[in-house]
Amino acid sequence: MSARRVAVTGIGVVSAFGDSFGEFWTGVATGVSAIRPMTLTPPGTVKFLNAAEAAAFNPLRYFDEKEAGFLDRFAQFAVVAAREAIAASGLKIGAALGRHCAIVTGSSAGGQITKDANFKSFYAGNGRVSPLTIPLVMDNAGASRISREFGITGPTYTVSTACSSANHAIGQAFWMVRSGAVEMAIAGGSEAPFAPGFLKAWEAMRVVSPDTCRPFSLGRRGLILGEGAGMLVLEPLEAARSRGEQIWGEIAGFGMSSDAHHLTQPLAEGAALAMRNALEDAGIAAEAVGYINAHGTGTQANDATEAEAIRAVFGTHARRVAVSSTKSMHGHALGAAGALEAAATLAALRGGMIPPTANFVEPDPACGLDVVPNHARPAEFEAAMSNSFAFGGLNAVLVFRRP
Amino acid sequence: MDGQGGVGVACIMRFMDGRPASEDVVARVAAVIAKTQKIPPETVTIDQSFEELKIDSLDGINIVFALEEEFGIEIPDEPALKIRSVREMVEGIEKLLAVRNP
Repeated sequence: MSARRVAVTGIGVVSAFGDSFGEFWTGVATGVSAIRPMTLTPPGTVKFLNAAEAAAFNPLRYFDEKEAGFLDRFAQFAVVAAREAIAASGLKIGAALGRHCAIVTGSSAGGQITKDANFKSFYAGNGRVSPLTIPLVMDNAGASRISREFGITGPTYTVSTACSSANHAIGQAFWMVRSGAVEMAIAGGSEAPFAPGFLKAWEAMRVVSPDTCRPFSLGRRGLILGEGAGMLVLEPLEAARSRGEQIWGEIAGFGMSSDAHHLTQPLAEGAALAMRNALEDAGIAAEAVGYINAHGTGTQANDATEAEAIRAVFGTHARRVAVSSTKSMHGHALGAAGALEAAATLAALRGGMIPPTANFVEPDPACGLDVVPNHARPAEFEAAMSNSFAFGGLNAVLVFRRP
Repeated sequence: MDGQGGVGVACIMRFMDGRPASEDVVARVAAVIAKTQKIPPETVTIDQSFEELKIDSLDGINIVFALEEEFGIEIPDEPALKIRSVREMVEGIEKLLAVRNP
């Protein structure tokens, strides 16, 4: 079977902007940062003060009390985003389609909040750990619940590659739909990292900013943690067209690589290889890319290395292509990051509006690039790229195209 | 303890030897089940099976965990997994309490 083209027909988001894709895109497109003082963690737990929490998320809006207790926050996010994406796609998933539907989710930390709370109680001398710990903590809890809720019986699994998890998940699902292995897919990522023990671990890494997230800017002091979920509905482009559904864009290519280098230090060659692989997979020239949604964490190491990799791949076009990091607004949602950023990239592509890099102070010569500082920019372009690079040197890049 | 008034405590149950079960134990078991299942306490009565209460195997393990906490006892794995009704649960707990406080 010849390769099919793959459309995105539904997008769902839970983020610091609220529980919908609309609120997310309105925030990101207007350059408003959702980074705020932390409220979910007792003050004094960690040195850093700010985060992009989905502070208004109320599980009882979406689940009854018992169901909510059987799902960790990261899985609740995944389900809520999937419901929105599926509803937006207009697809009715019956038994026949359900057998040919894949679900691929990404998560870096799984049920971290549940794990943290139960182990804390055990180590404190309580001597007991809730029997729900195992099924709530498992990384695939969100995927399994989506499967059960929608009667989806096709290939369902979860990818965990730290901060590249969602891009790896979306890429896998994209390839399955493109090859004809499945007729549709739900793919994305979710993360809920605001557990005290996990935050202490991030603090100890000394990569979290004491103020805010300023990607590619002089004066950047690190990343800001975020949370939430993004889910996409993927289906063959022809099927989407014949249904007359709204098409957000096409996933045109996916590329992966591993640095084979260092536990935490990024390597420009590894990032560049994943970008090249994605462009080749898409059959798109680098010059066709008008916007890159960068990994752009706001750490010293990532941003300079990513800029170097972009220059290596795009050559002279690197001076023209718009690059922004929306993490400056929705935070670094770890295993959900690629999914939130795919949502932002698709909306930018379709809406002709490039979201900015917020909190930008002044250019860092070590980065360069046109990083769309602080103000969104109207622009029409044919293709866009979204980068995710993980600790452990695992890189995953998606290329999107206007259908 | 919450919900004590509403649970079917008026229904005196008896064990095989004719000894009446403690109303206190029945009420506490019913309250724990109600709390764990997030259902109104008055809907839990001594004569219901777990199936009638829509208590599946994972719910059952969760209830056993909460009952261990409530009564300060340890319920062994094998009987814990076999219990399929409120009555069996009360009976099992009475036995464990009897061993602890002969």
